[in-house]
Amino acid sequence: MTVALRTQGLSKHFGAFKANDKISLAFPVGARHALIGPNGAGKTTFINLLTGVYAPTSGDVFLGEERVTALPQHVRVKRGMTRTFQINTLFPGLTVLESVMLAICERKGTAARWHRTVAQQQDEIDEAFGILRSLHLERDADSETRSLAYGRQRLVEIALALATKPRILLLDEPAAGIPAAESAELFGVIANLPREVTILFIEHDMSIVFRFAERITVLVGGRFLVEGTPAEIAADPRVKEVYLGEAKHD
Amino acid sequence: MDARRDDHERRRAVPRRELLPLGGKARSAKGAQVSAALAHRLPSDRWRALEIAFWILPIAAYFLFPKYLVLGSQILITGLFAVSLDLILGYAGIVSLGHAAFFGLGAYTAGLLAAHGWGEPLSGLAAGAVVAAIAGFAASFLIVRGRDLTRLMVTLGIGLMLFELANKLPFTGGVDGLSGVTMSKIFGVFAFGLDGRTAYLYSLVVLFVLFVVLRRLVSSPFGLSLRGIRDGGKRMPAIGAPVTRRLIAVFTLSAGIAGVAGALLAQTTQFVGLDVLGFPRSAELMIMLILGGAGRLYGALIGAAVFMIAQDILSGLNPVYWQFWIGLLLIVVVLYARDGILGGLSRLYARWHWRRS
Amino acid sequence: MIGNFIGVLFDGVAYGSLLFLMAIGLSVTMGLMNFVNLAHGAFAMVGGYACVTIMARAGVPFLAALPIAFVLAAIVGLLLERTLYQRLYKATHLDQVLFSIGLTFMAIAVATWLYGPQQQPVLIPAFLKGQVRVLGLDLGVYRLFLIATVVAITVILTLLLEHTRFGAQIRASVDNAQASAGLGINVNRVFALTFALGSGLAGLGGALGIDVLGLDPTFPIKYMVYFLLVVAVGGAGTIRGPLIAALILGVFDVAGKYYVPQVGAFVIYALMVVLLLIFPAGLYGRKT
Repeated sequence: MTVALRTQGLSKHFGAFKANDKISLAFPVGARHALIGPNGAGKTTFINLLTGVYAPTSGDVFLGEERVTALPQHVRVKRGMTRTFQINTLFPGLTVLESVMLAICERKGTAARWHRTVAQQQDEIDEAFGILRSLHLERDADSETRSLAYGRQRLVEIALALATKPRILLLDEPAAGIPAAESAELFGVIANLPREVTILFIEHDMSIVFRFAERITVLVGGRFLVEGTPAEIAADPRVKEVYLGEAKHD
Repeated sequence: MDARRDDHERRRAVPRRELLPLGGKARSAKGAQVSAALAHRLPSDRWRALEIAFWILPIAAYFLFPKYLVLGSQILITGLFAVSLDLILGYAGIVSLGHAAFFGLGAYTAGLLAAHGWGEPLSGLAAGAVVAAIAGFAASFLIVRGRDLTRLMVTLGIGLMLFELANKLPFTGGVDGLSGVTMSKIFGVFAFGLDGRTAYLYSLVVLFVLFVVLRRLVSSPFGLSLRGIRDGGKRMPAIGAPVTRRLIAVFTLSAGIAGVAGALLAQTTQFVGLDVLGFPRSAELMIMLILGGAGRLYGALIGAAVFMIAQDILSGLNPVYWQFWIGLLLIVVVLYARDGILGGLSRLYARWHWRRS
Repeated sequence: MIGNFIGVLFDGVAYGSLLFLMAIGLSVTMGLMNFVNLAHGAFAMVGGYACVTIMARAGVPFLAALPIAFVLAAIVGLLLERTLYQRLYKATHLDQVLFSIGLTFMAIAVATWLYGPQQQPVLIPAFLKGQVRVLGLDLGVYRLFLIATVVAITVILTLLLEHTRFGAQIRASVDNAQASAGLGINVNRVFALTFALGSGLAGLGGALGIDVLGLDPTFPIKYMVYFLLVVAVGGAGTIRGPLIAALILGVFDVAGKYYVPQVGAFVIYALMVVLLLIFPAGLYGRKT
């Protein structure tokens, strides 16, 4: 089992507040891993640490064998780790097609090109349409992102991540704000990603978690609580205690 | 196309972008050869009829208004200067209050060269561009750090520093300005005469050539990434974009072009006044750009033209009135007509177009 | 030599305190509403012209005209905030810059039209003129008065912020406007009153500064840089930051113009750029 992504003693303190405290996790290549925990448990902070949005107070992040703790965000993306945001973080004034194409061009290195027009980048256009079609976004291709309904924008959020052809995909509550039927479809797309892609996703909807995750890690109060298979987690008394009041799932 | 109509209704005041020049969308394909790309509102640099019509105007002006060619050159030069600001402000979203610094550097470079014997025009332009670009490159490292206020202050500070330098250094002529700028003939053939004809055409050609290049640039993936930086600063690093590198590149380029504009001014007026570096020049430039519509390249030209023509017509007025009405206009534009003239026209066109379909 | 140095230091501190007084409102506004207000100098100008006008027309003595200048500038600030500024709180910084430049232009035009482009003279009461011997040095009485006034106001402000409910509301809103609103704080009212207070202080500074800085219609543009400088270098949203920044800049500006007059104002701009390089969020700025 090769480790795709690993953290070691990763901590993030804001003054006296410990958002993440000495978290050491390892995710093998091809993992389908869910990160759950009550609100404020530090899940998004963890993703921010993994991607480089935050610099850790202590600890390290490893992509494979490489220590990436000091690398800036965009370099980590180039190394193959992409994330989506919990709240849509898109390009409001660009059309959906332009947004996806921008991501593709960044990946392929053609975004630095200034002497050919975007309309001439036929390969990138074809690839963009492939992604849009997989998410049923083709008919919105020419609409400005800000004119789309929130749910459709959420799909664009995923499309941008897919456009970077990640080896490691970090999804921060991807289904937040989407009605249940569409979220199943969205996760269908994610489930169809190549097996070698390592996926870590934060979710609150337990039915989704138990359907798509092969392993689950529980964070509480910035600290690691327990990790295991869905069955183990569902049976774990500590987890039930943490989710006191939540409906049980299987 | 029901989807388009739904989108349009949903968008209300948000303009349907770029049905006018530069944003390139073709509504009716002229046959199967038109690539699918153009049918999808992607930035391209196909020449649109309106653009061609636009460029006929300055050529026509040359023949129709021979007495106003000096003003005409000023408009063209300021237009180029405004275009350089549009690159960083309209496309990359950098708020700069000191862009006149690069304009002034270009002006003084070309002016000093000519005043000290080197009067060849094109090399003077190149020198002005290089000096301004180097300064822009150096300054860009300061610009990319810190937030908006810091950036504003740094750009302002650089402008002011250069102003003080030019004021105090012995060889710049200080408050009186740099005179004795003598130009030789362009290509050894065209002399700068008092009628301003050579100067006008010279400025027009330089503007056009640079404009065509920039036109291509803003429709390129690089241009798209600039708009990405402006629009979604948080998302850019998350898709792997080296934002800092891009900003440095565009800032350097913009400074260089401002330098060319400044050099043009020095060469065509054969004088360099201290005001080329002053804050009022930076402020007025921003007003022109917003007036015309930022982020559209042509908006910069339109804004410059409208502003300077109005200023010329109203120059007989008490300058107090001019300042008052410009201030008021600026406030009104920011509150109600944020996309400027070109934005407003674009919206009208879109509405008319939509009603027809 | 030392005497000169102390003299320069003293002048610098006086100048810095004046800058601080005028800039403090801008610091709180920027920290509170995240609004880049280049027109802040216009409120200082309003105070200055109000002071001059009341003294000339109504024969009010200088010391009595000062609080009136404060109140008038505060009222103008409040009116503008409620009608115009509040519409741009959510706008981009560029829009705010453009708007405030427009406002500045209008203010300058109105001032020129009403008062003409010349410098306004101000009659300072006799007991504030001249010099006084302090510890073997001759110090300007007016400058001493300036420093004393600013110290007093700073103390009052600090007391206001630290020990009153309104002060707590301001601090809470600066820290997190959304959370504060959630706690029931009327954030709009806090914004309005704070803006008025800041404008009033600027007006007071403008009136106090006529003798030191002069007063003409171009005042807002001339000194806009200095206010922004003080806030940017000191860090928006604090009192301590702009105070230190204003003192540093005041001293360096006076010293620069005294010791190296050939480069004059260059010193202060270069210093600003250097400081901003080292402290991008300002000396005491909040790092978001």
